[in-house]
Amino acid sequence: MSTPAPADLLYSETEDQLRTAVRSLLADHCAATAVLARIASGHPHDTETWKTLAGEMGLAGLLVPERLGGQGASHREAAVVLEELGRAVAPVPYLTSAVIATETLLGCPVDAPEVAAPLEALASGRTIGAVAVPSATAPDGTYPRARREGDGRLYGRIAAVADAGAADVLLVPADDGLYAVATDQDGVTVLPRTSLDLTRPVADVVLDGALAPQALTTETAVAVRRGLLAGAGLLASEQLGLADWCLTEAVAHTRQRHQFNRPVGSFQALKHRLAELWLAVAGVRAAARNAADALATGSAEAPLAVALAQSYSAPVAVRAAEEALQLHGGIGMTWEHPVHLYLKRAKSDSIALGTAGRHREKLAELVNLRFENR
Amino acid sequence: MTDATALRRRTQDLLRAHPPADTDRADFLRARFDAGLAWVHYPEGLGGLGAPRALQAVVDAELEAAGAPDNDPRRIGIGLGMAAPTVLAYGTEEQKRRWLRPLWTGDEVWCQLFSEPGAGSDLAALGTRAIRDGDSWVVNGQKVWTSSAHTARWAILIARTDPDLPKHRGISYFVCDMTDPGVQVRPLRQITGEAEFNEVFLTDVRIPDTHRLGDVGDGWKVAQTTLMNERVAIGGMRLPREGGMIAPVAETWRSRPELRTHDLHQRLLGLWVEAEVARLTGERLRQQLAQGQPGPEGSGMKLTFARLNQQISGLEVELLGDEGLLYDDWTMRRPEIVDFTGREAGYRYLRSKGNSIEGGTSEVLLNIVAERVLGLPSEPRTDKDIAWKDLAR
Repeated sequence: MSTPAPADLLYSETEDQLRTAVRSLLADHCAATAVLARIASGHPHDTETWKTLAGEMGLAGLLVPERLGGQGASHREAAVVLEELGRAVAPVPYLTSAVIATETLLGCPVDAPEVAAPLEALASGRTIGAVAVPSATAPDGTYPRARREGDGRLYGRIAAVADAGAADVLLVPADDGLYAVATDQDGVTVLPRTSLDLTRPVADVVLDGALAPQALTTETAVAVRRGLLAGAGLLASEQLGLADWCLTEAVAHTRQRHQFNRPVGSFQALKHRLAELWLAVAGVRAAARNAADALATGSAEAPLAVALAQSYSAPVAVRAAEEALQLHGGIGMTWEHPVHLYLKRAKSDSIALGTAGRHREKLAELVNLRFENR
Repeated sequence: MTDATALRRRTQDLLRAHPPADTDRADFLRARFDAGLAWVHYPEGLGGLGAPRALQAVVDAELEAAGAPDNDPRRIGIGLGMAAPTVLAYGTEEQKRRWLRPLWTGDEVWCQLFSEPGAGSDLAALGTRAIRDGDSWVVNGQKVWTSSAHTARWAILIARTDPDLPKHRGISYFVCDMTDPGVQVRPLRQITGEAEFNEVFLTDVRIPDTHRLGDVGDGWKVAQTTLMNERVAIGGMRLPREGGMIAPVAETWRSRPELRTHDLHQRLLGLWVEAEVARLTGERLRQQLAQGQPGPEGSGMKLTFARLNQQISGLEVELLGDEGLLYDDWTMRRPEIVDFTGREAGYRYLRSKGNSIEGGTSEVLLNIVAERVLGLPSEPRTDKDIAWKDLAR
């Protein structure tokens, strides 16, 4: 078993500044009360916050090289953005558009105009993209492919695509290549589903003669895997932000909530649970930084780092949300308190991009601990 | 003087002046100490150069490449990990000069006389008495769980010097000569069959006042330095990927397909993930330390280490099936080296049970994390303002 040179697991000064900027934007525009009001409105996505974040701050283009219209930053910075978005359960399509769809396009021949144009549009934040695969698809998982028929149009149905309702363009894997499909055409219907996570809703995509002029690539699997791998790796940072919010809120609540003439946070039964949770969140931070750094440096370790981060982070995020709910007592069960937004996001995240169990199986392959000998 | 290039040059100078191949091991270690290359973050004249701690790795790598002997840290762990930082923080110049050099070279082994039969998690309730008699102290009491007591020349000792004060305030910190005729060491056999620990009986042991560390009555504060360093030493070891307890289980899994079940597979993968994440958490902690920003993660490493050691070794015994029913050897021994991963699966399983007790129980450490890291309030206490002599026991 070889040990890789240690990744840089800390945050640089630039990354800290980026965090401060994103956090301050979200505090102003995406507070918990605003998110609660929005999910009841029927327009789940916060387009105003997205415009500022993606357009004005230029964060949709972090992963895209400058010559292709992006910021030329890396997964390390995108991970910091996702930490803050997770901390706020912000209903913006950053993971789906600025990471997964963008990275999928980066896996296509980027100098071809049919790839460069949507890539530049996504990087600028003008356009929102989504890869038309079910939200639960793991980086090495299988997914349905649309049929491209003799008329050159696409047909098929893809269930439970994350953020498809917000997308201007869908990247559709078809039997003979990957296609960019505009959603504002007759041949495309996006059917929003009533979703567990109202801050990242899923929708079914129905293609019935969708225009798809030219394939972005014929190496569909390669491009999609690249997108999903980056997505799964950086999802760990979203889970970190989410779990850290839950821990912080639970600590704050148990410090000030008095029962039996003392703060409930002074009871060892609760303190020990919070201390254990803090330890687990510290583990998520290390695993998430490790994955982000491996993706940023293009390390051969990236698949292992991603599988490790997803094996560990998803269950911790769910536990953090469940503990936060329980430790808030009755108030945690109300619609009015935001903790349910975190629980629903955490649970949905634990399915998105492959469950922890799937990622453990992947890890078993990578470190030669399979059940069957090959 | 303190950058990596200068340290590398200095290390090469040491190797040229004392070629490891033709130098006696003890002489080499003393020369290394005198060159300031023992622990570079210690002050000049005390085995260091006042350099950043992170640069020690540069020296170690050069020495290892040259085949130089090390000071066998497993044999002198208590001296290196606990006594030395305390002597450095609280010792007088004379005390530092007398003790640190032979401590580091291993010429003198150290042990720790802290826990007592009646004072475990509540260490501050300890009852070993030290009574002033002219220029020295006369000590009586019983200590327990003392590893290396049978090989030690010196002990760090905390004893009660004023029973009329509340428990935390009446304690003083001493260095005890283990060759004093009043020190009696008895092996304490453990569930592993061996006696890594001892009971130590102190009967009219005389300790000169010049062997006190810190002020009279300040022993609890001094002991905090020792205890913090103990936890870092136990939980903070740097491991390679799949190092430590997980290594033998993973190897057994790979080499013996006939032992596999689906249940064991899922548990093995879960623990492999946790062990690797714990390794990365420790690595992150070291990176923070190297940047001079120690993170609170340090308080938690020992908790994770203890839990994982126990779960992984428990899985290993189960994976071994029929062989898990066997034990390598119950012979009573007194090992000089503490090695949690040594011997066979059954030993690892039993020895790791101590990991959540020694150096602060996991329950106490969880309180420390909750109160000092998360800022949660402490439990209401009834013992803080009562004279030690009036406490229930």
